[in-house]
Amino acid sequence: MHADSLGFIFLNAAIINNFVLALFLGICPLLGVSGKLNTAFSMGLATSLVMLISSVSAWLINEILTHFELEFLRLIAYIAVIASAVQLVEMSLKKFSPALYRALGIFLPLITTNCAILGVALFQTNYEYSFVQSLFYSLGAGTGFIIAIVLMAGLREKLDLADVPSIARGAAMSLMLAGILSLAFMGFAGLGG
Amino acid sequence: MAIKPDTQPITPDTFLSGIWRENPVFVMLLGMCPVLAVTNSVANALAMGLATTFVLLCSNALVSLLRRQIPKEVRIAAYIIIIATFVTVVDYLIHAISLEVYDALGAFIQLIVVNCMILGRAEAFASRNRLSNTLVNSLGMGIGFTIALLCLGSVRELLGAGALLGYPIFGQSFEPWIIMLLPPGGFFVLAAWLLLFAWLKESQQRRKQAAAAAPQNGGKLGGASIHAR
Amino acid sequence: MSSVPIAQRPKPTASHKLIATLGLISLCSGLLVVSVFEFTKPYIAENQRRALEAAVLQVIPGAVERREFILTPQGVWPRQDAPAEGRLIHAGFDAQGQFKGVALQAAGRGYADVIRILYGYNPACECIVGMMVLESRETPGLGDKIETDQNFTANFRNLSAALNAERTGLAHEIITVRPGSRQAPGEIDGITGATVSANAIGRMLNESAQVWLPMLAPHWSALSLPVGAEEAMDGD
Repeated sequence: MHADSLGFIFLNAAIINNFVLALFLGICPLLGVSGKLNTAFSMGLATSLVMLISSVSAWLINEILTHFELEFLRLIAYIAVIASAVQLVEMSLKKFSPALYRALGIFLPLITTNCAILGVALFQTNYEYSFVQSLFYSLGAGTGFIIAIVLMAGLREKLDLADVPSIARGAAMSLMLAGILSLAFMGFAGLGG
Repeated sequence: MAIKPDTQPITPDTFLSGIWRENPVFVMLLGMCPVLAVTNSVANALAMGLATTFVLLCSNALVSLLRRQIPKEVRIAAYIIIIATFVTVVDYLIHAISLEVYDALGAFIQLIVVNCMILGRAEAFASRNRLSNTLVNSLGMGIGFTIALLCLGSVRELLGAGALLGYPIFGQSFEPWIIMLLPPGGFFVLAAWLLLFAWLKESQQRRKQAAAAAPQNGGKLGGASIHAR
Repeated sequence: MSSVPIAQRPKPTASHKLIATLGLISLCSGLLVVSVFEFTKPYIAENQRRALEAAVLQVIPGAVERREFILTPQGVWPRQDAPAEGRLIHAGFDAQGQFKGVALQAAGRGYADVIRILYGYNPACECIVGMMVLESRETPGLGDKIETDQNFTANFRNLSAALNAERTGLAHEIITVRPGSRQAPGEIDGITGATVSANAIGRMLNESAQVWLPMLAPHWSALSLPVGAEEAMDGD
């Protein structure tokens, strides 16, 4: 596979350079919202949705800013777009799919400060991806985020019943799990190389 | 932090709380992404810590100055604009000062903007306190954050490369633990630090309980904080 | 929320005040960002130029001066008077103004992420004379041996990259072989423990050289004019 092919971009973002486990983006939700499998999946889904929307808008904005040579406004524009995208998703979900809104609703405001979203926007700009490439990149990143957070939640649900020393409960345990997951994901590096 | 009028005096605690009792990384678990991502060497950790402290200080100072002018409804949007501005400034400054540091930190300089610690401080402290208090508190928080980054960076560089700040410590015969420089190492070292602090707190609490025969309110300081997030 | 009676709610701020405040803040931050951008611009450009110059001079042994050319389908021009967009070519010259070779960028996928390299090519010996990794996220201690391993970097001091008789491509592929088994021209000794990364270097060199060297081949004379002779070149 060529480095610019869509399949590789997707795989790269989803598995090889997993946003959470290899690039350390979106650690806060990984530690905070991975207690239950259901909520973790909803959170992953909501994040991927916002990721996709903000990636598309970020691509458009970058085109406009580059055209007018205003690159120095990029960061401010991106963060504004992400915040509005979150609002937009929240409002449209509320109107068109109240059931989904009830499931995802409480997570949506949290997503604004999720580094993974801004990360997608910044990385696709750095790599100079085209529109379609950006689309696949953000889809891959979203899939990777769902994989990571769901795996994590599954492990933590199992560990609820385990007899863990009191000092290791909570964040320390989650971080160790994340470390082991990240170790496992390192095996994917070199995939298709 | 109670919602008090602007008249609170500056106490040593205003400064020290950020370093120990409310340490953003080890206690509040905020801003984890840069903590894990750029701490594979002491130099990177230091650069990241200083950049974050700069953004924290400047943006919170501005938030504190404008706290009466910013309407409540749009405060978050205003804070984010202010933070993003200073992050852009830092990004260009680092780029101008050293290309090497800029390349090493990569996109994580720009990602300071979504460091929850900065927005959290703006909302919880700067928007309610005088400029002087805010400056002192932000400086404490920034130093606490930098210390935490250095804690991780030094362990990871020492074990992962056998060096500190690029100077070899262990000599030729040391086989570096490469895993420490890789992503899993970041998770493991942070987990180890958290374990250490949890253990210290627990043993401190146990000693206190043993000293006072009557049951004390030791839980106020101890374990609860680890579940903060 | 709706349980709070209207009378007790704090009075909402008028929307024009909200917009005015946000506008004012945005204006100030815009001004700040622009002034910092303008202030740091020359320093950033200077830093980047210096880093690039150091890299180019490193991959072209003997070169002390770098000049930029643009390669278009119509030919080669010095960067400032190139008529169209094209590929940037760095040419290296020694202290006497003698042409020592060109430096080209290549990129390809390594083990962890995309690796970017710069390599020097000398048309006099038809060989690659230097290679430098510009950007890589390869595993420290394993994959990053492509930068640190002396035996590996020695491959690129004199790596044959001669063109075939038709001048449409290389006479022999550039390929990474197993460590110590280098025999034919164009073969690179790999690294134990960093097979994927070393293979990636060979592959990206081959891809880049197959395409760009034949395109550059007719223009060596234009590139190799000594410093200060551009006017003469423009004349013919």
